Amino acid sequence: MTTTFVTPKAAPAKEVEKDASMLKQKQMMAAHYDRLTRAPETGEKVCATFVPGNLNELIMCFDLVNNLPEVNAIQSGLRRQSGAYVLEAEKIGHSEDVCTYVKSDIGMMAKGNIGPNGQKMPDPDVLLLSYTGCFTFMKWFELLREQFKCETIMLQTPYLGDGKITRNMVEYMVKQLKEDVIPKLERVSGVKFDIDRLREYLKKSVAAEDDLVRVLQSAKSKPSPIDAYFGGIYYIGPIFGAFRGTDDAIEYYKFLRDEVEERLAGGKGPVTPDGDMGKEKYRLVVEGPPNYTNFRQFWKMFYDEGAVVVASSYTKVGGVYDLGFRHDPDHPLETLAEYCLGVYTNRSLPMRIEMLANYIREYDADGLLINSIKSCNSFSAGQLLIMREVEKRTGKPAAFIESDLVDPRYFSAANIKNRLESYFQMIEQKRAGARAAA
Amino acid sequence: MAASMNGPGTAGIVARAQALFDDLSFTAAREWKAAGPARKVIGYMPIYVPRELIHAAGFLPLGIVGGGDQLEVIHGDAYYQSYICRIPRSTIELGVSGRLDFVDGMLFPSICDVIRNLSGMWKTMFPHVYVRYFDVPQTYRDDIGGNYYIHELAELRDDLGALRGSPITDDELRGSIAVYNDNRRLVRELYAFRAQSPWQAPAAEVYLVLRAGLVLPVEEHSAMIRGYLAAVADEKRPRRDNCRIVLTGVFCEQPPLNLIKSLELAGCYVVDDDLLLITRWLVGDVDPEGDPLRNLALAFLHQSESTAAKYEPNLKEKGQHLVRAVRRSGAEGVIFACPSFCDPALLERPMLQHVLKDANIPYIAFKYAENSGQMQPIREQAGTFADSIKLWSGT
Repeated sequence: MTTTFVTPKAAPAKEVEKDASMLKQKQMMAAHYDRLTRAPETGEKVCATFVPGNLNELIMCFDLVNNLPEVNAIQSGLRRQSGAYVLEAEKIGHSEDVCTYVKSDIGMMAKGNIGPNGQKMPDPDVLLLSYTGCFTFMKWFELLREQFKCETIMLQTPYLGDGKITRNMVEYMVKQLKEDVIPKLERVSGVKFDIDRLREYLKKSVAAEDDLVRVLQSAKSKPSPIDAYFGGIYYIGPIFGAFRGTDDAIEYYKFLRDEVEERLAGGKGPVTPDGDMGKEKYRLVVEGPPNYTNFRQFWKMFYDEGAVVVASSYTKVGGVYDLGFRHDPDHPLETLAEYCLGVYTNRSLPMRIEMLANYIREYDADGLLINSIKSCNSFSAGQLLIMREVEKRTGKPAAFIESDLVDPRYFSAANIKNRLESYFQMIEQKRAGARAAA
Repeated sequence: MAASMNGPGTAGIVARAQALFDDLSFTAAREWKAAGPARKVIGYMPIYVPRELIHAAGFLPLGIVGGGDQLEVIHGDAYYQSYICRIPRSTIELGVSGRLDFVDGMLFPSICDVIRNLSGMWKTMFPHVYVRYFDVPQTYRDDIGGNYYIHELAELRDDLGALRGSPITDDELRGSIAVYNDNRRLVRELYAFRAQSPWQAPAAEVYLVLRAGLVLPVEEHSAMIRGYLAAVADEKRPRRDNCRIVLTGVFCEQPPLNLIKSLELAGCYVVDDDLLLITRWLVGDVDPEGDPLRNLALAFLHQSESTAAKYEPNLKEKGQHLVRAVRRSGAEGVIFACPSFCDPALLERPMLQHVLKDANIPYIAFKYAENSGQMQPIREQAGTFADSIKLWSGT
């Protein structure tokens, strides 16, 4: 892997064009961070948890404010602060080999724990270790527990090694929720659990989930009115974060859906940071998380070439709504269990292969691109086999690039650009071959 | 391969264990299988699977811990990026090169994302082989994690019974529990002996004897340990002025044998370690009477080793297993040897180091890969550590 040290002070960027839903989301996120950083004054208690297996509806039942360390690390990456945080964590003894989300989080704390709004982030009152699809989560919260010495609640999600959700898995999770997670959340929060309150939140989740799916599936159209990876990351923000089950999320997704449907009706492509994308030339399915330290530069490499991502696996780490899952208010605890069990990173490799191959067919994509993340073994281990299998099953070309989530040392722009250009040429050759054969 | 165990002292036993260690074609397991038409071999990876279930089916549990430093990885590297540890790529190499073509099933325990994903790779690459990701509870209440685990064990028992063609009975399972209890007692005895007299039982020898248990039938392995224990005290071996250390972090990808030897050559007697943890995962006997699945589940919940792949619900207890290992074995320090890119070991390490610091136990740390060839830096680091303990400990 080529390692490049990216200068944090890049040339001044052109003003990003934002559509209205992005502005709305920005307001929601800002309000949430303000709520978090004001928690010590307002007396609100804070629950830290993870995106895959995020039980926001349950957390809200206890009037707890949801804090997602991965999202904080992403924010640090987008603001180009994560590089210094990662180095700080390595300086205090964390290995250069391990997850940079963890190191960005720990480094941020070591450097004063200042959040994206410039205010100090609150200490968590409880760590809800919703342990879904990633072993690193377990160590991450053990590390935070060592620092904050607060209540830490394990919720284990069994892995779908055999490609199916079994009754034993659901019963295990429900039992954990009933007999361990909920009593501990009651104790920490001082709020008694009300299952009807949970049901109400879950109903709201369903409304937002329906609209998100409409947005994601709009990419089946040609041209696609959305980019389901770079743009998709914005779209999933509220529902994967602290807003699922809220009126805010319903409004956001309704707004977003209207916007996307308008673009669809107008035959428009996605909105990019440089405005409307030009002619759609390549339709891709992308596997793996993005790089956040050079997010805009990364995205530009695609839209400059007319490449649009029509489906991605990363936008399913917080739920596979497009495969039909919806929270079920009639079975509130069971549905939380099934939600956690089904998220993308909790799916076996054969399930992932099948899902990606299906995306290529359903979205009529030109091929699969894998962005392999140096510090995310949950995603990365096995991706080279995924690439071969998807190629074999679909007959479409696949390509492989490497970067990292929030460590700028592992983003090599020239290397990635070269590979992408070669990949687009490969697609052209495939097309030419198909035309010649026809 | 067929080194005699009847040589003088421990030499024959160690030679036999070394031959088994060196044999990347698993000839002993192949020969075992060929001896009966109904025999099957079930492979497993670190850290823990209930081998009793495999044994009760009349099958041979075969421990797969990568390819070591003698296996040339040609195909395996094509399946993994440079930033993934070595054990999955050499395991794939073993599979793709046909060295595991006699293995009827593979179990991939819950240890990390890489081994977990390898279970899906194996299913895809070797569709004719029985493959199971073996999940274990990370919650330890009998009525929650225990019940879940009993169901998981029952599913595995059913699957193995289906492979055999007849269900595994409780009596068969109780018999296997007793056989493994015997083996675990012997391993504990071996470790206790080494902790007491590490100059008599060098770490590399103990490792080889232990490692033989991954490929031999358990009864044969127990006999091997018995033989070694009977002979080792009479060996005439010099007692060196070495320090005593606990080696930790080596629970999955194995260090090269030369690395273990180098530590002792550098002045560090290994008096405890987490190598081949499956042989000591359960720290006490499993109740051989009553419901065998329940007994295995309870043993897992309440009598299993602590390690990085396991959640520790009690903050105060975090890392204390290492402090206890130091006290129990009379160690003077800890060496953290972690495989490169090993998430569990490397994420755990800072927490364990804090605990050791609070307990005034000195430590050093380095990384390795199973095919590391250059031992000089490790010898120098371990030698300096040994000197510092000898010179400065207790001051």
